[in-house]
Amino acid sequence: MAQTSTPDARLDRLRGPVAPRRHNARTIAALTGNPGCTRRAVLDGAGVDKMKVAEHIGFPGRFGQSSFAIVRGNVFEARLKANEGAALVGLLGVDVPKYLDLSGGPKASNEERYSRTLEALRDNPDTLLDHPMLRLEVAGRRVYLEPDLVAFQLDNRYHVVEIKSFPVIDEQADPGKVSAAATQAAVYVLALREALAEAGRDPETVSHHVLLVCPKDFSNQPVSSMIDVRRQLSVLRRQLSRMARIDQLLDTLPDGLTFDLEAGDDGEPARDPEALTADIEAVPARYAPDCLATCELSFFCRAEARTSTAVLGRSVREELGGIEDVQTVLALAHGTIEPTPDQAEAAVLLQAAYRLRAELVP
Amino acid sequence: MSTLTALAKAQAVAAGRAQPIATVRHAHISDMPLVFIPLTMAGEANAPLAVMVGTDEDRPELLIVPQPRDRGLRFDFAARLAEILLPYAEGFCSATEAVPTDRKRDVRYRYLDAPQIIVPAPAGIGFVRLFGRSTRFRRTDGDYPVLPTVPLLGRWLTFFADRAEQPGSSMLLSLTEMLSAHWATGQSGHEDAHLGSLVNWIAPPPGMSGAKAARLAEDPEVCPPAGPATDPGFDNDVLGPAMEIYRAASEGDDPEAERAAYRELEDLLRGQLAPTWELMWRGLRVMRSMPPGASVEARWAQDRDVFSDFSLYVQGGGAPQARRDGAVAAATRLHKLERAGQSYAIERAFDDPLIMAEHRLGGEAFVGEVTLSKPDRVDDTGKRPVLRPRIQVVTTDPVLFPEGTTLVSPSKPQQKGRVIFVTPVEDGGKTEVVLELSGGMGRGLRAPAGSVPEVGERITYTSLSLGYAPPGTFPSREETPWTHGGPPQYSIADDPLDQGDHAATEDWS
Repeated sequence: MAQTSTPDARLDRLRGPVAPRRHNARTIAALTGNPGCTRRAVLDGAGVDKMKVAEHIGFPGRFGQSSFAIVRGNVFEARLKANEGAALVGLLGVDVPKYLDLSGGPKASNEERYSRTLEALRDNPDTLLDHPMLRLEVAGRRVYLEPDLVAFQLDNRYHVVEIKSFPVIDEQADPGKVSAAATQAAVYVLALREALAEAGRDPETVSHHVLLVCPKDFSNQPVSSMIDVRRQLSVLRRQLSRMARIDQLLDTLPDGLTFDLEAGDDGEPARDPEALTADIEAVPARYAPDCLATCELSFFCRAEARTSTAVLGRSVREELGGIEDVQTVLALAHGTIEPTPDQAEAAVLLQAAYRLRAELVP
Repeated sequence: MSTLTALAKAQAVAAGRAQPIATVRHAHISDMPLVFIPLTMAGEANAPLAVMVGTDEDRPELLIVPQPRDRGLRFDFAARLAEILLPYAEGFCSATEAVPTDRKRDVRYRYLDAPQIIVPAPAGIGFVRLFGRSTRFRRTDGDYPVLPTVPLLGRWLTFFADRAEQPGSSMLLSLTEMLSAHWATGQSGHEDAHLGSLVNWIAPPPGMSGAKAARLAEDPEVCPPAGPATDPGFDNDVLGPAMEIYRAASEGDDPEAERAAYRELEDLLRGQLAPTWELMWRGLRVMRSMPPGASVEARWAQDRDVFSDFSLYVQGGGAPQARRDGAVAAATRLHKLERAGQSYAIERAFDDPLIMAEHRLGGEAFVGEVTLSKPDRVDDTGKRPVLRPRIQVVTTDPVLFPEGTTLVSPSKPQQKGRVIFVTPVEDGGKTEVVLELSGGMGRGLRAPAGSVPEVGERITYTSLSLGYAPPGTFPSREETPWTHGGPPQYSIADDPLDQGDHAATEDWS
């Protein structure tokens, strides 16, 4: 790829003449999942619609959300925010602060809402801010983030409040859901810090503790818990800075690559699926079974990796001495190939394991 | 994950079919297990949507909740579920056997058999726990009274969910965990959590590879999720509209339309559950086809013990289990679970040469042939002579034990073997091990026939030990140390209804 163009221009070329997919806190949070994957970093950096790519090359993902869950989430959030956030204020046990709705009507642009949020942060420090608009730089591109929630000052520090509709039953919640919520909230913490810096205030007044508000037990009553997101923040910062250096990744890719999904006459992407597949394959992936839960392209990557020990999971690969290919593992275990010096130790163990299985499995 | 299991997974990839990682079954499978497949409504806190339940493969019972957000319908569901589950559990409270206790000075009684619930996956155990939590405190009087069977169901479900945490217990099992403990597939653990995929790796339809059948089963149209979560596509395209029709019909004044809408919901949910029902019984047949391990029966006897105690407690009107354990109760419970986990791991190794092989690979066990045996060797260097036979075992396994280590053989668990010499043999990577035996040979100076391994016998020795370990001691509840919050202010035993009160009336909307 030509060295002279800017990363932005190169990413635009990769994506082709369609609008880039917009990031949100959820997709930014997902970036922390498999930071070593070049394929995802490049496709996400270019804003390519991975779901559509996956469909077009014959590996549709399954990432739907039940409308029941969406309804429940909306009802719970609306209940909390009703009457100028009365339920939230009661929950936080503080004097009633001022409440400011920053949504600004359906016609307000992201820029307008962002500048209104900056203003509010500057002028109304003790205010509960509903529907603020924040932004974050992702792969050299500005991403607007709309916390489905509120930023608010408590103990002279701003706290991000994250509202989720999964229950906390007897003070316990699903750890997977809590951790996903914490990563998303960390995205907002980062964006809020940048906004404060831009508003001329100290970014460190944003607490690294976020308030998670969930339904209590089997009811619709809210309960709040403080969550420390320092770990999530550092992972995010690392991944975002890696994406900011995306030009280094682009340098390693062959010229002429494109993931263009421009529609043809029938409304479907015009590109030949095989050509698209070949271009996707030209960008190295690092498949792991965890990808299945987060990445739209994972079914393709899994099929591509089917002869690799990566499909079995990281812990299995480690037990197999880190050897990448299943056939190599078996050949070493059978003793039909000579191990390389760095396979020697694994080969001894594999041969012993093979002998035991041969002895004991009928 | 051991290297042995990892290799089995690699072999499964190459073979396109799951590979065994156990030679015997390590769980008890009842003659009459209750297969229980719950579905919940997405987004709600464990709101039941449907269950398919029963002990007979040909006669599944289907219960549905046409409006899961309606609290009245939820309690109706709980009452109907109680009508199935309570008679099932109580049906085992009949014939008893006497078990000697307190060094045979006393006897207690336990039931000859016990209930067993099988759910598809660990999330099903989570459903049992949460549904138990949401029903066991309900009151039969006051606002929102429920039938007496509802809180009783809650106590039983909580009991089963607690037992499921105990390693080695077979009272409430998830089929995916049980199958994964016995078979290695050519996919990740993440994918093994999908029942359809896992069963098809192990027992694919005729003429198809396991790998292919498993991939096909991933399509929710072919094989709907085994629950409790439903397929979002089904929710949005099928269930949502059908529920809306039911809601409209139930608000109208045409009972026939309401019944038709209800039947339609039943048919749709049956369609989601029936494939999992078939998979459950297919998976159970796979498990039943394996012979049980030697210690399975003893562990099931412990389950029967605990079941017998709990049914007495419930019959005596016992209070619902606490919402959270206090500090002392939690520590005691954790200690029990750890002990159970350790002995379960060792029992499995003793019962199953393929599990023992993992310990052989790790240098904690070896298998060899007895080449020399002196069964009548007497050690008379002490105050009085004692019988101390010696044997020599030749093995090809690596032997890492230092001299003086005490070993035991699974075939003679009462006998100890102390390592005297370890001598590598020049050719063929073999090792000679000389062991001095004590115990398990009676009191005389002559070993009874069969009590000392004979020349030519193949035998396993390991440093794993099933020996007695004294239980830990914990302070009483009243003496909870200040580091753990001090003595609790009040307990459920003092005032069961007070603690449950909030939970009994809590909003279920």
